[in-house]
Amino acid sequence: MYEKDGEKFFIVDGHVHAWDAGPANQANKYGGWFIDCFYDYHTGFTHPDYLWNKEQFYTQSEEQIMGDLFERGYVDKAIFQPTYLKDFYVNGFNTTEQNGVLAEKHPDKFILNGAWDPRDGEAGLDALEALKERYDIMGVKLYTAEWKGDSKGWKLSDDWAKRYLDKCQQLGIKNIHVHKGPTIRPLNRDAFDVADVDDAASSFPELNFIVEHCGLPRLEDFCYIAAQEPNVYGGLAVAMAFMHHRPEYFGKIMGELLFWLGEDRLLFASDYAIWQPKWMVEGFVDYQIPDSITSGDLNPITDQAKKKILGLNAAKLYNLDVPADCQIQSEEKAPVEEPAIS
Amino acid sequence: MTADLADQIWAALGTVHDPELDEPLTELGFVSTVDQTADQVTVHLRLPTSFCAPNFAYLMVADAHDAVTAVAAGRVVSVVLDDHFAGEEINAGVAARHKFGSTFARNEPGEDDPELEELRRVFLAKAQLAAQDRVVAVLAKSGHDRDSIAAMTLADLPDGPEVARMLARRAELGWSVDAAEPLLVGQHGRAVHADEVAFHLRFAATVRRSIEGNGAVCRALLAARYGPNPVRTGSVPQAAAQATLER
Repeated sequence: MYEKDGEKFFIVDGHVHAWDAGPANQANKYGGWFIDCFYDYHTGFTHPDYLWNKEQFYTQSEEQIMGDLFERGYVDKAIFQPTYLKDFYVNGFNTTEQNGVLAEKHPDKFILNGAWDPRDGEAGLDALEALKERYDIMGVKLYTAEWKGDSKGWKLSDDWAKRYLDKCQQLGIKNIHVHKGPTIRPLNRDAFDVADVDDAASSFPELNFIVEHCGLPRLEDFCYIAAQEPNVYGGLAVAMAFMHHRPEYFGKIMGELLFWLGEDRLLFASDYAIWQPKWMVEGFVDYQIPDSITSGDLNPITDQAKKKILGLNAAKLYNLDVPADCQIQSEEKAPVEEPAIS
Repeated sequence: MTADLADQIWAALGTVHDPELDEPLTELGFVSTVDQTADQVTVHLRLPTSFCAPNFAYLMVADAHDAVTAVAAGRVVSVVLDDHFAGEEINAGVAARHKFGSTFARNEPGEDDPELEELRRVFLAKAQLAAQDRVVAVLAKSGHDRDSIAAMTLADLPDGPEVARMLARRAELGWSVDAAEPLLVGQHGRAVHADEVAFHLRFAATVRRSIEGNGAVCRALLAARYGPNPVRTGSVPQAAAQATLER
C-alpha cells in the first residue's frame, strides 16, 4: 500500500517474474541473448537509482524479490505470469512450477498464473485441468506468436484455441493475459496482430482478456479493438517503464489509453525484475501529462484513475479484498467523449 | 574510399526506412559501418534488440541491398545484419535473393512472399495515416476548422515537407495522388465519409503518436545496447554520424 498526501493506494503488480537466467541455466546462446535483451530494456528505461549490473539481473533471491516487491515496492499483491522458454533455458525461464514454490510459501502475497499452448492438443487440455487441480489458478499467460517446430504462431481465433478458452471458462480460469507486445524472442508478424483478441473477446464475453503491454508497438490497433470490446483490458507492463526517461511518450500512451478504454480497464505492472515497482508507484502517483504535449484530446490523469489503475481494477478481476480506506469513497464520472466507431 | 561513392551509398541507405517507424536507417543509427573497395561494398546493420521481428529485419536488409546495389557501379554488394537471432538466415537469404518465406522454410528460391508484401503495405498505410495527421495539424494551425479540412482535396494543400511525405506514402501504396483526390483517406485507401470524420481524425492522431513513440523506444534500446555513441567507425560520413547522435 502506498500513501501520499493523505491518499491511500492499494497496489497490485499485475506482471512479475522470479526468473533464473544465469549462465548455468542458459541452454544455448539464445538464453544469453534473451536476458541481454531484457537487460537493455532495464538499462534503457530504469530510474537511475535502481540500476542493476548484469549479475544482479541474472537471478534474484527470495529475499531480494520479497523486499523489492512487498517491503520497498508498496505492492499488496503480485501476479506471477509464467514464461517457459524451455528451448533457451535448461529448467525454463520462470515456469508456473518455479513461481509456484514462492507463491505457495507466501499465499497472501502472490497470485499464481499458468499457461497453455493450443498446439499441445488434447494432452494440453488434460495438463490444463491438472494445473487447475494443483494450483487453483484464476488466470493464464499466453504467447500467440511463439515459434514451435514448424509453426510460426497461433491465433486466439483458431479452433483449438477456442477449445482451450472454453475449457478455461468451464474451470473458472477467467483472466486470459495475452502477450501482444515487444518481440523479445523469435516471433513473426503475428506478434503485432491483436485482431484475434477482438474475435476471442466477442466469442467469450464471460472471460477477461488482458492484453499485456497494450499491444505496444501496435498501440493504435489495441486501442481500436479495446474501445469496442468491454472485456478487453490493457496490461501496463513495459508501458509504465517509459515514465522516467520518456515522460512525454508515457503521457501520450496514457492519454490514448484513457481516451479509448477509460480508467476502469487498465492494470499497473512493473514486469519485475526488468524494473522495480517502488519508483514506478511513486512516480505514477506524482505523474501528470506534460503541458508540452497536451492538446484538446488528452485529459489529465485523476487520483481516482490512478487508484483504479494501481490496484482497484486488478482487485476486481481477481476478487481481492481491498481495505476500506483504499477504496474510492464516491465515484466521480469523468467526462468521457466516446469515440464513434463505424 | 572515394567521397562521392561514400555519399551516394549513404544517401541510398537513407532511402531505406524501418517499415514500422517510417524513418531512414541512417537517422535511426541502424547503419554501423560502410566499407568499399574497387570490387565490393559491405554494409553492416544492427537493430535495437537481437529479437526484433525477423520479417521487419528481412525487409530492411533486402531494401538496403537493393538501394546500395543501384549506386554501387557494378561492385558486389554485401549487407550484413549483426547481433540478431536470425541474422545468419536473413543475410544468407538476401544474398541469395531468396524471398522471406523461403529463407526460413527452405522452400524453392525466388518464390513470392505475399505475407511480406502485405506487411509492407499495412505499415505503409499506417505511415500514410500518420503523415496525414501531420498535414491536418499544419492546416489546423493556420486556421482551418474541421469542416474545411474534411472538404479539402490534394489541390488545396500548401507545399511543405508534411504534404510531400504524405503524397510519397500514397504513391508507394499505389494510391492516386491526383489533385482532385480528397485529403482525408483511410487505411484502406477509401475516402472518409462525413460521419466518420471525427473518428478518423482522432484515430490518425493515435497512429501518429504510436509511431513516433515507437521510434523513441527503439532509439533508447539501441543506445542501451551499443552505448551513447552508436557509430562504430569513421567510414560513415562524419556529418551524418553527428546528425544521428544529436537526435
